[in-house]
Amino acid sequence: MTKYVDQGKNDTRSGYGAGMTELGRTNPNVVALCADLVGSLKIQTFIDENPERFFQVGIAEANMMGIAAGLTIGGKIPFTGTFANFSTGRVYDQIRQSIAYSGKNVKICASHAGVTLGEDGATHQILEDIGLMKMLPGMTVINPCDYNQTKAATIAIAEYEGPVYLRFGRPKVANFTPVDQKFEIGKALLLSEGTDVTIIATGHLVWEALIAAENLEKEGISAEVINIHTIKPLDDAAVLKSVKKTGCVVTAEEHNYLGGLGESISRILATQHPTPQEFVATQDTFGESGTPDQLMEKYGLNNKAISEAVHRVLRRK
Amino acid sequence: MATLQQLEDLVLQTRRDILRMVHKVNSGHPGGSLGCTEFFVALYHEIMHTKDGFDMDGIGEDLFFLSNGHISPVYYSVLARKGYFPTEELNTFRLINSRLQGHPTTHEGLPGVRIASGSLGQGMSVAIGAALAKKLNKDEHLVYSLHGDGELQEGQNWEAIMYAAGNKVDNLISTIDFNGQQIDGATDDVLPMGDLKAKFEAFGWDVLEIEKGNDLEAVIKGMDEAKSRTGKGKPVCVLLHTIMGNGVDFMMHTHAWHGKAPNDEQLAVGLSQNAETLGDY
Repeated sequence: MTKYVDQGKNDTRSGYGAGMTELGRTNPNVVALCADLVGSLKIQTFIDENPERFFQVGIAEANMMGIAAGLTIGGKIPFTGTFANFSTGRVYDQIRQSIAYSGKNVKICASHAGVTLGEDGATHQILEDIGLMKMLPGMTVINPCDYNQTKAATIAIAEYEGPVYLRFGRPKVANFTPVDQKFEIGKALLLSEGTDVTIIATGHLVWEALIAAENLEKEGISAEVINIHTIKPLDDAAVLKSVKKTGCVVTAEEHNYLGGLGESISRILATQHPTPQEFVATQDTFGESGTPDQLMEKYGLNNKAISEAVHRVLRRK
Repeated sequence: MATLQQLEDLVLQTRRDILRMVHKVNSGHPGGSLGCTEFFVALYHEIMHTKDGFDMDGIGEDLFFLSNGHISPVYYSVLARKGYFPTEELNTFRLINSRLQGHPTTHEGLPGVRIASGSLGQGMSVAIGAALAKKLNKDEHLVYSLHGDGELQEGQNWEAIMYAAGNKVDNLISTIDFNGQQIDGATDDVLPMGDLKAKFEAFGWDVLEIEKGNDLEAVIKGMDEAKSRTGKGKPVCVLLHTIMGNGVDFMMHTHAWHGKAPNDEQLAVGLSQNAETLGDY
């Protein structure tokens, strides 16, 4: 198996910006919208190169979602940009009626998801967005793990017809997936093979899962690490294949355990292959101000928390 | 071009369709539908340029978005009689497995409908997006939208109103069904909206009023005037003064029939006031 190494820390939102730059050059139907957060979403190059295809809507996210829905009528592929909190909870009914129920080809691109947004605190740190979005019929939900994967996902969703929620983050984190890795919507990636436990991670927790697997190996525990970047539709087959081998699973995500990836995995296991599972996720709580590292530590969202969860689940096998 | 008599016949027949649709399922929204009948007939038969057939992108034709989706009966009747789908399908309004949902949707693939509406306040944003797409596509056709006056209590409208003026979306004509009524009573009692004309103008729109919104000739004249004001750097707002429940005497001038269907006797009275002209579906 590939041994993943950090190619240099970078933020996933810059992966989005780089993906948009490329789409601006390759797909004339792609248009971008933003609600007063151009710098945060890293789309200045797209704007400079395609000013006529950029719509600054101001601090008016509900209007942005409606305009995006309307732009699809006429063949455009709109990418909306704001923080994850304002991309989902604030505009849930607009997304539900004008985008999801109407079946519009809108890409809802959401930065600063989770506690790693940091010092701004809980008003801006949404930990419920995966649940909100995966519950919408027809919505594809994607949470890439690093810069390269976010860039690849951004480019890939332009080719897919239908509404998509693309979730990424603020801090610079390890960039470890191959720069040329093809992004297949709905396809899990097996990052590291193992036999004792399956760790299924998404977003920023994938790198932490790899570190945890390395540490566990030193203890004689063989952990398999699966990267789920597409939470919906979920790669049931990849999950089942792994847990049938290992017999237990730890899920890891920067999200509330209610409504997140872990619950989606539980549904597969409960209906097809009942298996002990532990959740690395926030415990039905809001976040708070702090540095990303401090918050990941306090809310149990790092490699240490994953290792502890592995020990707990192994005792239940 | 249809003659005025042909259009008047369509208005009468549409009113019959509305009454019969809501009566059959004992639900739906006749009040606003009846109030906007002349507007819909004028829009689809005199004002808008539409292509034969239906495709979602609507390039090369004018587009219409219904934001106040609860007046689906008038929308469905006019779409059917324009030829988007068979008039017999009006029989399926609000029934299970129908394309004619209580509120309009694209989800069941009904030709003529380009967005779901019902949850209020969202249609103007969608219409702006479609208007922006037309500009990108160098398509000089117009985008029309209709909104309830009570619907303007939803804040998203004002985001959209601010955006459209600020960004010179001048290929958009948004009409407000100005009947002064909403579910709980008169708009002035439920939540007064003040001077709507002044509000739209203050936001930078070109506003015109159609005082006789249930007079077909006045509606056509007013909407022609609205068309002539497009392309001049401002979005255009039409304040269409209508009477909720127009054409059925006991439904007029009250909010009581906003979302209530007539019983058998009331249907008979309503139909007796609106002669069958083009054949009931």
